[in-house]
Amino acid sequence: MAHLPDPKLAYLLRQGDNALILSQQLSQLCGKGPALEEDMALTNVALDLLGQTRMWLAYAAELQGGDEDTLAFLRDAHEMHCCLLVEQPNGNYADTMMRQFYFDTWHYFLMQGLLTSTDARIAQIAEKSIKEVTYHLRRSGDLVVRLGDGTPDSHAKTQAAADALWMYSGEMFLYDALDDAMVAQGVAAASAPLRAAFLEHVGEIFAEATLTLPDPSAWMQRGGKQGRHTEHLGFILAEMQFLQRAYPGAEW
Amino acid sequence: MSREWPLWEVFIRSQHGLAHKHVGSLHAPDAEMAVNNARDVYTRRNEGVSIWVVRAADIVASSPSDKGALFEPANSKVYRHPTFFPMPEEVKNL
Repeated sequence: MAHLPDPKLAYLLRQGDNALILSQQLSQLCGKGPALEEDMALTNVALDLLGQTRMWLAYAAELQGGDEDTLAFLRDAHEMHCCLLVEQPNGNYADTMMRQFYFDTWHYFLMQGLLTSTDARIAQIAEKSIKEVTYHLRRSGDLVVRLGDGTPDSHAKTQAAADALWMYSGEMFLYDALDDAMVAQGVAAASAPLRAAFLEHVGEIFAEATLTLPDPSAWMQRGGKQGRHTEHLGFILAEMQFLQRAYPGAEW
Repeated sequence: MSREWPLWEVFIRSQHGLAHKHVGSLHAPDAEMAVNNARDVYTRRNEGVSIWVVRAADIVASSPSDKGALFEPANSKVYRHPTFFPMPEEVKNL
């Protein structure tokens, strides 16, 4: 793990990198959505997340130096602090939507919690993000219900996606010393209520979607927040960072 | 039955006080998703405060071939326009 003396910096990078990597993943589907309307919707979510990325990384850059672009494009995989969930492959549409649904559910309750952060800047970011995130959650929950309670084929694929991604759905709630320090200062939202809200909402949507909720006490993958990633992140970064690596300082 | 999602016509009200205006169409399996899709496809640039969607199949339209019978009789009836009243100078914006 990269040396991170400042828990707040780590916290900002974790939030920013989540939004950044998920945005990049969704952007790869631009022009490839299953229908024009879905394509646009995914791209809108990708853009929302990129906007949120900028707010988090701009704040992080003020603490660390550099700017939001150097943070996004010049850090290698072990210096990235996104959770493992967002770097999982797009897969089929059930995989994409289930990843989104797990993320959105956590994201929504986190942003709610951060509205009252003692860090005014973070509260401001949450305030700006919450409307977007509310819509993201409404949309991905709706699609999970439609796919889960759809045809036998869509049900099977959605259940498979729910099961396969489940082990990546717990990392966001596994706090380390840096997260705990932020909670102690009132900057971050405590884990236990977030996880309870997450499980309740996922349970409700899965019931409506006729999906079986995986075991909440199952062992969860972890490490992304600390910079230990799955093999997928390197490939994502290779594509995302290519231009700035090959042509340093290139501008639009 | 067609495997395609049905077509919906989208109407957006751009600001309070103005009427909903037809902006285009989209495909969606039902009304709820049609509203979501309309939001994603037609309000990306802050166009609207309200969305209506209606199944394109439910719209009853006049036939272009009826144009003559329906509309031409009104052509010669200029007296239906309120243009024969002298307007007082003080009245603006009418």
